[in-house]
Amino acid sequence: MSESAAPHDFQYADTQHQAQTAIAGMWLFLATEVLFFGGLILAWIYCRHWNQAGFDAGARATELWIGTLNTFILVTSSFAYATGLAFIRVGSTRGLIRCCLVTAALGLTFLGLKFGLEWHDDFANHVFPNISDFKIKGPEQGGARLFFVFYFISTGLHGLHLVGGIGLVTWIILRARRGEFTPQYHTPVHVVGLYWSFVDIVWLTLYPLIYLIGRG
Amino acid sequence: MSFVLPEASANAPEVDALMLALLVISGAVLALVFGLMLLYMVKYRAGSGIDRGAIAQKTWRMETAWTAATLVIFFGLFIWGADLYVRMFQPPADALKIYIVAKRWMWKVEHAGGEREIDAVHLPVGRPIELVMTSEDVIHDFSVPAFRIKHDVLPDRYETLWFTAVRAGTYHLFCTQLCGASHSSMVGEVVAMPAPDYQKWLEQNGTSETLALAGQTLFMRYGCSGCHGGNGAGGGQAGGTVRAPPLIGLYGSPVPLSDGTVVTADDLYIRDSILMPDKQVVASYAPVMPSFAGKVSEEDLVKLIAYIKSLAPRQRS
Amino acid sequence: MSTTVVKAGEIEGSYLTDGTTIRSWLLTTDHKRIALLYLGSITFFFFIGGIAAALVRLNLVVPEGLLNSAETYNRLFTMHGVIMVWFFLVPAVPVTLGNFVIPLMLGARDLAFPRLNLASWYLFIAGGALALWALFLGGSDTGWTFYTPLSTSYSQGHVVLMVAGIFLSGFSSIATGLNFMVSIHRLRAPGLTWYRMPVFLWSLYSLSVLMVLATPVLAITLLLVALERIFQIGAFDPAVGGDPLLFQHMFWFYSHPAVYIMILPGFGVISEIVPTFSRKRIFGYKFIVWASVSIAVISFFVWGHHMFVSGMSLYAGVVFSILSYMVAVPSAIKVFNWLGTMHKGFIHFDAPMLYALGFIGLFTIGGVTGLWLAALGADVDLTQTYFVVAHFHYVMVGGMVSAFFGGLHYWWPKITGRMYPEMWARVAAMIMFMGFNLTFFPQFILGYLGMPRRYSSYPPEFQVLNVLSSAGATILASAYLLPLGYLVWSLFRGARAPANPWHATGLEWQTSSPPPTVNFVHTPVVTQGPYEYPPPEPVQQHV
Repeated sequence: MSESAAPHDFQYADTQHQAQTAIAGMWLFLATEVLFFGGLILAWIYCRHWNQAGFDAGARATELWIGTLNTFILVTSSFAYATGLAFIRVGSTRGLIRCCLVTAALGLTFLGLKFGLEWHDDFANHVFPNISDFKIKGPEQGGARLFFVFYFISTGLHGLHLVGGIGLVTWIILRARRGEFTPQYHTPVHVVGLYWSFVDIVWLTLYPLIYLIGRG
Repeated sequence: MSFVLPEASANAPEVDALMLALLVISGAVLALVFGLMLLYMVKYRAGSGIDRGAIAQKTWRMETAWTAATLVIFFGLFIWGADLYVRMFQPPADALKIYIVAKRWMWKVEHAGGEREIDAVHLPVGRPIELVMTSEDVIHDFSVPAFRIKHDVLPDRYETLWFTAVRAGTYHLFCTQLCGASHSSMVGEVVAMPAPDYQKWLEQNGTSETLALAGQTLFMRYGCSGCHGGNGAGGGQAGGTVRAPPLIGLYGSPVPLSDGTVVTADDLYIRDSILMPDKQVVASYAPVMPSFAGKVSEEDLVKLIAYIKSLAPRQRS
Repeated sequence: MSTTVVKAGEIEGSYLTDGTTIRSWLLTTDHKRIALLYLGSITFFFFIGGIAAALVRLNLVVPEGLLNSAETYNRLFTMHGVIMVWFFLVPAVPVTLGNFVIPLMLGARDLAFPRLNLASWYLFIAGGALALWALFLGGSDTGWTFYTPLSTSYSQGHVVLMVAGIFLSGFSSIATGLNFMVSIHRLRAPGLTWYRMPVFLWSLYSLSVLMVLATPVLAITLLLVALERIFQIGAFDPAVGGDPLLFQHMFWFYSHPAVYIMILPGFGVISEIVPTFSRKRIFGYKFIVWASVSIAVISFFVWGHHMFVSGMSLYAGVVFSILSYMVAVPSAIKVFNWLGTMHKGFIHFDAPMLYALGFIGLFTIGGVTGLWLAALGADVDLTQTYFVVAHFHYVMVGGMVSAFFGGLHYWWPKITGRMYPEMWARVAAMIMFMGFNLTFFPQFILGYLGMPRRYSSYPPEFQVLNVLSSAGATILASAYLLPLGYLVWSLFRGARAPANPWHATGLEWQTSSPPPTVNFVHTPVVTQGPYEYPPPEPVQQHV
């Protein structure tokens, strides 16, 4: 995203001009992402409106504890990253690297819980939507299948975004180890932080949609 | 060949009037734009020695004028088109119903009297006709240009289209929603006939069974009568093991549901109740009816609905 | 307009001579070279789509269909639609002319994110390769609209591959739009305020908003289609409670704004050409500019006019109809303003101006027939017929492709440093105009008479008009081949172009032709509006 190989390119007036341009680019990219997930979530809500009982039955078949634990993990990871950003603002590269390591580790934990454990259990529970011996039978079956269509697509897409995020945080760690960031120049740290927080926010939207609405 | 399309339905002249207005407005706009363009091309060509005078600096008067003018014209067209559209899609209560089942790549037509035909629709002139349409596979579209009507035909729902034919004749029927390889072969004809000829046609093509009678047979065969009673009187009271709501007088009446809402029992409601009985359960009945999804074809559904519709209470009919 | 220009001899060579290896082209981050990479790619796709169109028209010469295969015919028009929409019309002006001219007009060295610019070309190529692969395997028969459940459950074609190609090219669009928006916000030269920007920049800004905000919805929609087709489950399947109409809503939520993604840059090009060749300030600058912006905003709320007979509620139809009329108002404003610009001008009839005049005429015909389709009662009769085909070809081909050729000729001296042969160009422009009308005007009548679109065979009474249309298509095709010939010729034999052959006022004309890699040696300073032509006095004809 950020075009910042050299701290100062000819087309910018100064480094601050360049930094603000990179940040503007990331915000616009996030606007695109909002529409991407927005389309999916709107379709989800539309289908739920017509198949409420089935969607509720589907929600009851999800694993609340993993979802909740993952929510805590992801929020904590954003906090860790923001702390790292504060460290580099006062010049502590060490602090930045440590925080990034915590962030990446928490991200990996999330992925492990989500795909290693939760998806694994979901398959074992026969809730993958196109199998013949689908777990939920009776009138709710159609809606529940539809619920799990959205469940698998949205968590899969979110997972892919998180993998991208972990890659970016790793890239920040590598560059920080080479000592490239200073209190004056740390645009990539800022830009990656925006992205990480966005991935976090997507999860905060998915969490109630998957686990909470209709469970009661 | 002819550049005129017959106005064969009651609403065709109305649509044509709207299009004539559009043609006049389009012609005026094009005359203005092309006229000014040609005029300026000649008058203000670089080589012409004509005195240009002072060039206007303020443009907002002109801008406001033509913005307001287009808005007014557009609003008029909108009202005209919307009024026509809303009337075109609200069928009158006394319309003669014909059932259409679209399937790749044919139109299956069922009349109330049980007459069936494929890729042709015979109908009487001068009487409102309501088509109740559904599809067995993809989205199709029932279009009769001579009637100026068209509507998509979707799977798993009933779409309706109504019109009154005013001129006897044979007209093109096209499928106008891409439906696969033989899309352009999914054509047929609509034969509008004077009422006596139509009666004659019915008699010649009549079967011993009306749609409702055929539906009654199916009502027994699919086992509906086991719970709903042999004549749809409702089960449970007269010794049946399962309580099921009575069907007599059901069609067109309000039905209170177990979730507190009230729906009107129309074609779609009855269809959904057969295929997805647990979705809208009648208040004070247990959701015990099995689903018939995948077991009853679209054509049989049409017959069952016709039968249930025929179970009107005696005093009302 | 600006105080600084590149003086002759101040800088050696141009962007064309700055590195001659293949590597220096394929790994370039120079917006001008990327524009040329794109120009080559979209020309290729234009002719692929054109061949499909030619075969479609050939088939329709006889009522029973000359190719004698409905399946082949369906695959051909699908190929025509997919290639032309996503691999020619959507990118055509923005990624070639826009890419080349935006930094020049801004007085900048490059776009804000040069490497992202290159990446978007590779995404485009990857998407194009997937689509071509799908075509090579036999293509798809769903139409470019991919309506469910035909596309998800019934089609025999290579839908997933085709959709994947479009998906990738969509991300190319998003990257381009993002780059343009950020560049226009952040990289304007000193003194280049928003109201001093040329209309072309405003148009590209408006279409970038659409690219950035509408394309992701297409991406998620196509993803759902592909997953539904692979796993046979999904949001659009009525069997589990999904809704095929949901697909149509989501698809048109992108694809209607996409129509404006295609035409807005055309508006921009025409707004540059008309003042230049009328030697006069553009009429109603602010109205033209805000018309572009309001088109971008309103076009997000009119998608339902593709669905008036789809089974959507009547009330929704009424609302979408009035909104569709609202979006037509700014387009009308633009046409009147171009005429206002010609008024009292000194009009020169160079090839770009001929294309622009053709654009105004054809776009107006496309526009007024849009009023027919927005009128609900008339749309019920006309939709899904050849009337619609004629309408959108008047806007897309008559309008947009004319604008593309106009812009290409207009900036050709700047891009290549060579003049194209003027006589040939004028002849091509006029043949194009006539061939186009002969091809598509009969289709309005066919549509009124009820001939449905996407039919490989048709009742015999439609034959005369179809033959006329096919005859026009051969003329149109030869008119498209002409520029390919003489523009390539001009690359080698054309006269050397001066920095400003048209005596135009834009910043891009202040640097040499072709420009140096850095665009401007000194950052230009802008002191006045974009179209300040000298007061009326006889202007000498350029060479």
